[in-house]
Amino acid sequence: MATMVQAIRMALHVGESKLGVTDIFGEDVGPPLGGVFTATQGLRTTWNTPLDERGVIGMAIGLALAGRKPVAEIQFCDYAFNTIDLLKIAGNTCWSTAGDWNVPLVMMTPVGAGIRGSIYHSHSFDAQATRIPGWKIVMPSTPRDAYGLLLSAIRDPNPVMFLKPKALLRVKSRPGEEIPGEPADEKTLSKMIDAPLGDRSAWKPEWPTLEELFIPIGKARVARSGTQVTVLTYGRNVPMCVAAADELAADNIDAEIVDLRSLHPYDWDAIKESVRKTNRVLCVNEDTEITNFGEHLIRRITEELFYELHAPPKLLAGAHLPGIGLADALEMASVPQKDGIKRAIAELARHQP
Amino acid sequence: MTASSTPAPASPLTTELTLRLHDLMLRTRVLEERLITMYKQGDGYFWIGGPGEEAFNVSLGLLVDKGQGVDHDYLHLHYRSSGTLLAMGADPVDSLRQMKNTVTDPYSRGRNFAGHYSVRKWNVAPVSSPIEVQYSIAIGTARAQAKGTGAKGISIVQGGDAGTAEGDFATALVWSSRKGQELPLLMIVTNNRYGISTPFAGQHGYDQVAERGKAFGMPTAVIDGNDPAASYAAIKKAMDYVRTERKPYLLEAMVSRLHGHSSASGANFVKDESDCLALFEKKLEDKKLLTRAQMDEMRAKYTHVLLEASKKVREEPPPTPESIWDHVFADKNYVGGEK
Repeated sequence: MATMVQAIRMALHVGESKLGVTDIFGEDVGPPLGGVFTATQGLRTTWNTPLDERGVIGMAIGLALAGRKPVAEIQFCDYAFNTIDLLKIAGNTCWSTAGDWNVPLVMMTPVGAGIRGSIYHSHSFDAQATRIPGWKIVMPSTPRDAYGLLLSAIRDPNPVMFLKPKALLRVKSRPGEEIPGEPADEKTLSKMIDAPLGDRSAWKPEWPTLEELFIPIGKARVARSGTQVTVLTYGRNVPMCVAAADELAADNIDAEIVDLRSLHPYDWDAIKESVRKTNRVLCVNEDTEITNFGEHLIRRITEELFYELHAPPKLLAGAHLPGIGLADALEMASVPQKDGIKRAIAELARHQP
Repeated sequence: MTASSTPAPASPLTTELTLRLHDLMLRTRVLEERLITMYKQGDGYFWIGGPGEEAFNVSLGLLVDKGQGVDHDYLHLHYRSSGTLLAMGADPVDSLRQMKNTVTDPYSRGRNFAGHYSVRKWNVAPVSSPIEVQYSIAIGTARAQAKGTGAKGISIVQGGDAGTAEGDFATALVWSSRKGQELPLLMIVTNNRYGISTPFAGQHGYDQVAERGKAFGMPTAVIDGNDPAASYAAIKKAMDYVRTERKPYLLEAMVSRLHGHSSASGANFVKDESDCLALFEKKLEDKKLLTRAQMDEMRAKYTHVLLEASKKVREEPPPTPESIWDHVFADKNYVGGEK
C-alpha cells in the first residue's frame, strides 16, 4: 500500500519511462535529495534548478514549446506567487495564438495546512489556480488518484497543475485503492523505491512493474455515498469530511462526500446529481474564504439548482487571514477541522425550510 | 552612437546584402508608418513597434536559422520586432490584419495587439506584452538545444534596456551560465535609453547593460545598432559563438526610438534621435549604390502597396463573438461546454 508520495514517484517513473517525460526539475528535486518530500527520488530525468521559481516556470514553458515534456515543481505553493504572470502565460499561450502553440507542461506543488508549516508552508493555491484560465487543475486525495491523475496530467496537451495535499503525502492507501502493479506488502515497496538514509550515491531504485492508470481529468469521485447532505471538497479535506460523516452516521445523519479531484474542468454533472439527491450542500476547502472556489460552486448551484435546495448552501473554508499561525491552536482555528465539518453537516441536515 | 566597449568587427557587406538590408529596412519602416496611420485613423486600438530598430532587427532576421524544432533557432522577441519578421519572410499585410484585429490575423486571430507575433512553423514564440518574461521562457528552449542534445539550433531572446531591471533578465543570466550546464542562448538587449518615459540613468547605475554579462563569464559586446553593417557583423559573430560553443552571449545594441514608446505617447516622429534608415540611405547615396530618386520611388511604391492593402484589410471580417471560447485548451473546448 503506497503512500501518496510513493504514488507520485511511481507515476513520474511511468511518465519518464513510458509517457515521454523528459525533464523533472525544481529546487532540490534531483539527486542527492530527490525533493523535500522525496517525491522525485530515484528518477532518471530529475535535475536541480537555481532557487528561482520564475525560472522554474519559464523553463517549463520553454521546454514545452520546444517539444519536450516537462514536469516542474514549485517546492511549496507559498513560493509560486511570484510566478503568477508566467502561469498566466502558460495558460494563455494557446488561446492568444489561436491554437498556434500549446504548452504541454505539468506543474506540481504541495499545498495546504496540516503539518504546522507556519505562515509560508501552509498556503492553499486552489483559489489562485482556478483564477488562471487555460490550465487544468487537479488535486488528489488518495495515493491511487495521485498516480492516475498525474499520469493523465502528463499525457495532457495543456498546462496541468497538480496540487499535492502535503498533509496527505505520507498517508497510505486504503484497501481496494491499490496502484496497479504495486507490491502488496508496503515494506517490500519501501525497500524497492525508498532511498536509504545517508550516502545514496550508489543506490538505484527497483521499480515494480506498474500498469498505466489514467484517472480522467474533470471527473469527480464519490468518496462516501449518502442521502442527506452533499459535501463538495478536495485534497486534504476529503478524508477529514469522510471521517466526520462516518461519525455523524451514529446520529442518523447520512452525508455524501464528493471528492472533486479536478478543479478545472470540474465535474458539474456529478455535483448536480448529488445535490439533486440530497438537496443540501456544503463546500469545504482550506483556502481563504473570500473569493473562494467553493463560492463559485455555490453561486452556480444557487443559480442552476435553486429550486432543488432545501437549505442555504454553506461554505466552510480557511479564515480570511494574512497567514496561518504556527502554534497548534492557531493552525487549527484557521482552517476547517473535523469537528467544525461535523457541525456544519449536522446543521444543514437538520435545517427546515 | 558609437560602440563604447567592443569595436564593431570589420565586415564589409556585399553590395547585394547592402541593398537587401536597405530594402527590408525600408519595407519595415513603411509598415510601421502604415500601422501608426491605421491607429490614428481608427483602424486599430493601439500601436507599438520598432521604428528606429530596423538596422539591427532586419540583420537579425536575415541571420536566423529559420524553421521548426530544435534544429532551428527559437526566437523570443518583444513588440518591436517587425524588422526581424519581415526579414524572415513575413507578409507585412498580416501585420495590418493584426492591427485591424481581423479574424484573418494569423498571429492571434484578432486577439492581440499589433507587433505581437507568433509563428510556430518558424520557432517564433508568442510575443506577450509583459516586459522581459521572454527571458525566463527562452532558457527552456535553449535547454532543449543544449550541448549533448545534438540539437543544431540556438535560442535568441531580445528585449529592451528598461526591461533588464526585471528579475527575468537575471534568470536568463543565472540559468544560462551554470558551469557544465551552459545554454546556447543569445541574449540581445536593444537599448533605446528609455523605459516608456524614464531615462536609462533613472533605472540603471551602470553605463551599459552588457557589463552585467561579464560577472557571469559570458562574452559581451556593445554595438551601434543604428549601423546595419556593424549590427550584421556583431550578430553573426555572437551567433557563431553560441552555435559553436553552445554557451550564452550578451549583445547590447544601441538603437533609437523614433516614434516614442507606443501610441500611448502619441507615436509622433521624434526629431532628435538618429534615424538608422536616413543614415544608411545617405551612405548608399554617397557610395552611389542607389540614388535619392530611386529610394524615394521605392518608398512611394511600398507605401502605396500597403495603403491599398490596408483598405482591403478594412473589409476583412472581425472574429465572431462565439470564437472567444476557441483554443482555451489544445484538446477539447471544456470551457465552451464540449465534453
